[in-house]
Amino acid sequence: MMDWSPIFISMKTASLSILITFFVGLVVAWGIVKMKNDTIKIVLDGIFTLPIVLPPTVVGFFLLYIFGVRGPIGRFFIDFFTVKIAFSWSATVIAAVVMSFPLMYRSARGAFEQVDSNLLDAGRTLGMSEWKIFWKILFANALPGIISGGILAYARGLGEFGATAMLAGNIAGQTRTLPMAVYSEVAAGNMGEAFNYVIVIVIISFIAIFIMDYVSIRKEKQWR
Amino acid sequence: MSNKFLKVKIQKELKEFDLNVDFELKKKRLGILGPSGCGKSMTLKSIAGIVTPDSGVVSLSTAEEIVYFDSTKKINLKPQKRNVGYLFQNYALFPNMTVEENVGCGLTKDDDEKIVSEMIKRFHLEGLEKRYPRQLSGGQQQRVALARILAYGPDVILLDEPFSAMDTFLKEQLRLELINSLSDFDGFSIMVTHDRDEAFQFCDELIVLDEGKIIAKGDTYDIFENPKRVQVARLTGCKNISEVEIIDDHHLKSLDWGMVFEVSEKIPSNITHMGIRAHDFSPAQEDDVNVIDTVNSTLLEMPFEWEITLANGLWWKCDKKIDDHQFTIPKYIKVDPKDIILLED
Repeated sequence: MMDWSPIFISMKTASLSILITFFVGLVVAWGIVKMKNDTIKIVLDGIFTLPIVLPPTVVGFFLLYIFGVRGPIGRFFIDFFTVKIAFSWSATVIAAVVMSFPLMYRSARGAFEQVDSNLLDAGRTLGMSEWKIFWKILFANALPGIISGGILAYARGLGEFGATAMLAGNIAGQTRTLPMAVYSEVAAGNMGEAFNYVIVIVIISFIAIFIMDYVSIRKEKQWR
Repeated sequence: MSNKFLKVKIQKELKEFDLNVDFELKKKRLGILGPSGCGKSMTLKSIAGIVTPDSGVVSLSTAEEIVYFDSTKKINLKPQKRNVGYLFQNYALFPNMTVEENVGCGLTKDDDEKIVSEMIKRFHLEGLEKRYPRQLSGGQQQRVALARILAYGPDVILLDEPFSAMDTFLKEQLRLELINSLSDFDGFSIMVTHDRDEAFQFCDELIVLDEGKIIAKGDTYDIFENPKRVQVARLTGCKNISEVEIIDDHHLKSLDWGMVFEVSEKIPSNITHMGIRAHDFSPAQEDDVNVIDTVNSTLLEMPFEWEITLANGLWWKCDKKIDDHQFTIPKYIKVDPKDIILLED
């Protein structure tokens, strides 16, 4: 009998983390695009992109250092909310957010920079509020790029392994996500079980990429 | 219109030079003429509030005075609050919005639909309401952009080289359309251009900018007739310009063409250059005044003009019919002493 819990845990983790990554990534990307000081811009860009170049276990190490029981934030949550972050389900979300963030941030930034700045200025001279300009002009015209960034980030969060293992561990029914389950089954010699999980991951990832291409092609066709 | 005026006084440090512009606009249409990168667009963007100058004042006086920008009083209205329409070079239509949505984008909900349908009718866009900008021709795009600006009811319209990226045929057609569309607009309009024809056609008053400084301002006809400065003469399309040495009150020697010219007006001492428009030559006798020998000149045929380059580098343009392919260069040509333009550097 196949254990379905890794599928549910993974779906839950990937869904919540993409919500966070998507909006935070958008806001941060917009902030960086608008930033005038080049030095700060380069430094911040480096920090936001780092998780994608570092080995996931190294990112996990840093996260454990911060969110672990002795880490500053981890300590804070234990003292004030009696909530332990490390090795709980929320740790899988934190790991997925941090690891998928660079993909969302970089795609959104690139998509924003592609939008002709005259469009934004035109909106301003026509009396549109900055809020309306952001959503109706910048966001709408950058949408194909933003969606593909979002889907890539979703897929990355779904497949997250290294940092999750470091921060959340591999507790069956709690923090055992699909990639963890594959690893565990193989380690235990159950190749058949592992194969089932692999199939599920491949199907979800394929659907995600299919949606991404479908949406961006349809959007572009509509405007032409 | 009589008591309205737009005051613009801007200083801004740019990479290549400092922008330093100061003018007051009382007539309806102003043109800013200058080579590319002279600070024209920067001036417009400062008026619209897209760019903030380092110091200065931008204000519009109608029944009351609206201060857009005043560095000493620390006033800097957002572009949203200035009520200034800006026609961008590429029109900057929103590609994700239909024609209707583009025209109505700056309006508040209440009277939205009425104004939009009014504008659609006025700019002959009926039937195109649901199209996206990419599905429109260049002319239709221009009309949508103008409809969008006028729907918003601006006090001032700024036109940023609206025709620079177009082929000649479309350009001439759209120029005419633009002039017609703006003829019943009661506010000020300022057009930035590097094209002397556009400036001449469109503007009552003209400012000539070079490296961020105003080198000429005044009535458009005056500036074209009497450019006074070398750069202004060049920008208004004077083909022949030479450095000169003053001989006496009515004679000067061209250093580039190696000959002496008689001038009808008295030559002021600050004159350093002279100009002759390529159309101002005419066939002559050997003993006429200001006669030039055409020996060794080259002849070039254009559809409606003969272009003759003399051995000393002077250009002469002579009108012709399209089916006329024969031209004999007269042995001598002359330029009337009153047609010689006196210039200072």
